[in-house]
Amino acid sequence: MMADPCSTCPIHHPGNLEKLGIDMSGFDYIIALAGNPNTGKSTVFNTLTGLHQHTGNWPGKTVSRAEGAYKYREKRYKLVDLPGTYSLLSTSTDEQVARDFILFGKPDVTVIVTDATRLQRNMNLVLQILEITDRAVLCVNLIDEAKRHQIEIDFRTLSRELGIPVAGTSAARQSGIPELLQKIEEVASGSFVCKPLRIKNKDKRLAEAIEEISQTLHTLYPGLPNAKWIALRLLEGDESIVNALDSGQLGNLTL
Amino acid sequence: MENSGPNIDQQAKELESLMARVRDLRWQFGDETYDLYLESVYDASQKIVSAVVKKPGETRALKLETKIDRVVTSKKWGFPIMFLLLAAVFWFTIVGTNYPSQWLSLLLVDTVHPWLKSMAELTELPFWISGLLIDGIYLTTAWVVSVMLPPMAIFFPMFTLLEDFGYLPRVAFNLDNVYRKVGAHGKQALTMSMGFGCNVTGVIASRIIDSPRERLIAIITNNFSLCNGRWPTQILIATIFIGSLAPSYLGGIVSAASVIAVALLGIFMSLLVSWGLHKTVLKGEASSFSLELPPYRPPRIKTILYTSLIDRTLVVLGRSVMFAIPAGMVIWLSVNISIDGKSLAFYLTEWMDPVALFFGLNGIIFLAYIIAIPANEIVLPTILLLTVLGSSVSGQEGMTMISANSALETADILKAGGWTLLTAVNLMLFSLLHNPCSTTIYTIYKETKSLKWTMYATFIPIVLGLVVTFLVARIWEIFG
Repeated sequence: MMADPCSTCPIHHPGNLEKLGIDMSGFDYIIALAGNPNTGKSTVFNTLTGLHQHTGNWPGKTVSRAEGAYKYREKRYKLVDLPGTYSLLSTSTDEQVARDFILFGKPDVTVIVTDATRLQRNMNLVLQILEITDRAVLCVNLIDEAKRHQIEIDFRTLSRELGIPVAGTSAARQSGIPELLQKIEEVASGSFVCKPLRIKNKDKRLAEAIEEISQTLHTLYPGLPNAKWIALRLLEGDESIVNALDSGQLGNLTL
Repeated sequence: MENSGPNIDQQAKELESLMARVRDLRWQFGDETYDLYLESVYDASQKIVSAVVKKPGETRALKLETKIDRVVTSKKWGFPIMFLLLAAVFWFTIVGTNYPSQWLSLLLVDTVHPWLKSMAELTELPFWISGLLIDGIYLTTAWVVSVMLPPMAIFFPMFTLLEDFGYLPRVAFNLDNVYRKVGAHGKQALTMSMGFGCNVTGVIASRIIDSPRERLIAIITNNFSLCNGRWPTQILIATIFIGSLAPSYLGGIVSAASVIAVALLGIFMSLLVSWGLHKTVLKGEASSFSLELPPYRPPRIKTILYTSLIDRTLVVLGRSVMFAIPAGMVIWLSVNISIDGKSLAFYLTEWMDPVALFFGLNGIIFLAYIIAIPANEIVLPTILLLTVLGSSVSGQEGMTMISANSALETADILKAGGWTLLTAVNLMLFSLLHNPCSTTIYTIYKETKSLKWTMYATFIPIVLGLVVTFLVARIWEIFG
């Protein structure tokens, strides 16, 4: 029997993670947990914070956000578990909570939790989130289940394609958590600079329209981080964004 | 921040021209923007995933999952399997509850209570202090624990097992169609299932429904899902009065069947009221949605035990005990404060009896429901205590009948209090159909921010409950 080589690696030092429960005082970074329903976000949340947010095997269990904290290598992280959503485009309360937090809560890192066995379906939300934030980590959860179904995932290529770090985990069985923590730290501290994939619009006219409007938005609000997404929302006639523009709230979004 | 006046004006002007341009462009795309965008998203994700994921096609595990789903969600087997699973859960609860209940009652009611009384006599505590503390608070609490703890400790782990395994969404899948037919949202099947745990959770969970109209329907009808606090009442009454009618080897099955019948009546009522609301005050089209069936997962024993015993059993028990304390005081006081030699409780039950009997219930049940508005859990212990203390009002030292250390003795107490099979049946019905507990009412108000809808949610079940028990009592009269 050989010792597991991973267990001797420095990132596996068990003293690195300290679960802080609900003690969210004096945090250094805010981390948002987003993703499709039933991918195990709450399990990841519980594993990191040591809390017992109710988990259940069905979609739509978390409808409001839960908060907790952990400490990793002397830095304190505040973790916010967002409701699971299929997209960021609809008007239901749970999706609005998720979208508003990523947009206005300015998390230092958004961890997108996905189900390894349903990556195809989950990827749609991943791409939408990458439209509105520059700092994200992809957590491919439930890899034990994927193994059971003989699904193989090339994490390195996935990370390169998306332009963000990717960690494979099985939160319910505590595996892959050290890697996830390290990747969150890298993005939070700025040592890993994300270059998130931005979707190319297939329709030329739409692409041009978005380009034009986001250009104008940029001159109006220099430094606006997600001008393209706001342009898209405007073209869809999203009233909350129109109101935000009117009230000047959008100006606050600039970095 | 220094923003001089002209600068802001300038910005407002530019914003206005931008919005004009946006409106202009919107004419070109119409409603297509959303679809065009989503198409690009789907395309991109398709490309990425096909590059990084290798799938062996349908594996054995996946095939098995599909097969299970085909059976448990089939038109033919979906409902029968659902009933069988529920029946199994109730049967285990009913059969498993009796002995632990006896032990607890033997310990808390038969041993500790007399000991406390004798201690009180030794220390010469004034009669009203020992009465209030020991006969009022302690006895109610002891009863809450011995009546409520065993069924919860058996029922919740089994229910959580079904949840963790992934069965609940299948229940929702089976019911989805029915809910849409009555003009409600299919997701209401999910919030209803959550209500089987606790109506507060069910009401909050209704946030997953986008359309305000359908969300309101889901919130108002959630109370028709029998909750944590009401399962034990149902199970106990069913065991005592209905199970005992059958030969003993069938008792468990018959009681389980009657509890299922009440639960099903609840589902039926939620459909009926949803339909009624949809036809009257909440008109509109049912919207469509996609329901994802999550994969079956091997249940995690530790999580199940934590969720069911700490999150559910202890929380519900703690809440009942918290409410049992003031309720115990109120009960003891109402029995011991007398006017003209007769107790307050006597006047109250006497006064409500004619009305209550008209509905096939009795005054004590009515009084218990008023005392127990804060928590459904304590209805049965309150009824027991009122019956026992009430029957001892005439003779001052009548506290001998207090031990209820088995379902049979509980039955004796209730029968001595004038209970019949009709009382039992109607109590089960009324326990299903009455106002939500105060926590649920408060949550409904918080979620809807409307007094009007909170009133709807509170009074529709009471009215239905009175109508149903009234009808049952009349039919009983005709055939009885």
